[in-house]
Amino acid sequence: MCLAIPSKIVEILDNNIAIVDTMGVRRKASLELLNPKPKVGDYVLLHVGFAIEVLSEEDALESLKLFEEILRYEDELKQ
Amino acid sequence: MKMNLSNKDIVLKAKDKLIKKVEKLGRPIKIMEFCGGHTHAIMRYAIDKLLDGYVEFIHGPGCPVCVASMDRIDLAIELAKMPNVIFTTYGDLLRVPGSYRKSLLDIRSEGHDVRSLYSCLDAIDIAIKNKDKNVIFFAIGFETTTPPTAVLLKKAKEMKLKNLFVVSNHVMTPPAIRYILNAGISHIDGIIGPGHVSVITGMKIYKEFDIPIVISGFEAFDILKSVNMILDQLINHERKVENAYTRAVTEEGNKEAQKLIEQTFDVRDTFNWRGIGPLPKSALKINKDYEMFDAEKVFDVKLPTSKEHPLCICPKVIVGKAKPTDCKLFGKLCTPENPIGSCMVSSEGACAAYYKYQRVELCM
Ligand code: SF4
Repeated sequence: MCLAIPSKIVEILDNNIAIVDTMGVRRKASLELLNPKPKVGDYVLLHVGFAIEVLSEEDALESLKLFEEILRYEDELKQ
Repeated sequence: MKMNLSNKDIVLKAKDKLIKKVEKLGRPIKIMEFCGGHTHAIMRYAIDKLLDGYVEFIHGPGCPVCVASMDRIDLAIELAKMPNVIFTTYGDLLRVPGSYRKSLLDIRSEGHDVRSLYSCLDAIDIAIKNKDKNVIFFAIGFETTTPPTAVLLKKAKEMKLKNLFVVSNHVMTPPAIRYILNAGISHIDGIIGPGHVSVITGMKIYKEFDIPIVISGFEAFDILKSVNMILDQLINHERKVENAYTRAVTEEGNKEAQKLIEQTFDVRDTFNWRGIGPLPKSALKINKDYEMFDAEKVFDVKLPTSKEHPLCICPKVIVGKAKPTDCKLFGKLCTPENPIGSCMVSSEGACAAYYKYQRVELCM
């Protein structure tokens, strides 16, 4: 259930719904649990379709880099 | 924190450092990782094997699907079987067998309308599009998953929906930790605390515990960092709560989410957990202001007497009394494709994590 990958807000729609990008995958997320409201470009943590926390850009980029490395590492293992 | 190391390098570097600390302490240690997400990460990166003989990981009860008791699964199945109902819940729950070996998926193949949701808010669209049906959302999860259900309840009230109902199975982390520490199940030297629960609750909920607790993220380096912090505490004879997941967790947590929970839920007197049994003040029920949406109040279902599968030791696995590999059915009759117990269903369950990452051993 927990998705620890930082997601970037790319668009904010009506009703507190945002379009977020998680390593290239786009989906909707509710911003209902965040106060103050985040803005386009912010990184958030997602859980069951809700943004639960805003991450600092530096931390988010750092984790994203690690995720990419993990994926690469796992691909190497598979080959 | 700047790092140019891959996870693999970090793991190997950390290994030597951690083993030296265990040697300094003079004895192997046992750490309980509370959260199923951590169990999954420990298995995925084989951290248990890496530190074999030095650090033993005891898997805790923090997998929401696993701790849902048999009578709650039976309740879900009975509700889903009612006429005129669209039954919705989170994906994993659909495959958990109830007392009579049937799961929600089996009920669906018998023709009942059972759907899995990505976000609980999707239940609103379903309710609007199906005015002649009763839409039930079966809510499970710890503190991280409760605020979304709170948002669902608030929206249902604002929109004056008459055909949307919720079953709350939301449980709380501190009573489960208290149980583990007091039940004398196994000696535990320290706890890796749940990351995303703490994003919501903040660090403050752990103050009462007199044991090293380190809140952790979900990557290999997060877990190794947490083990390192627990070891430092043990070497220095300390027992404190520390945060190794500062990129997401704060002292106070997400106050907006906490406020939403307070506005919509009350604490139940007691709640049944798989593996633990009835646990006082450990779960949440929908409060008076939202009781018109409480499926447990609105629908009167008769439940069969619930029973566990006689050979499944899930109840013991959940509280760290047994390992998945102690189970006779593990990997033979019980697999993720054909799960006998809840611990094999959810990717956060210990049996599923062992199966996924320790298959090699099984074949040998
Ligand atoms: S392997 Fe299957 S039957 Fe055995 S404890 Fe785990 S879930 Fe239960």
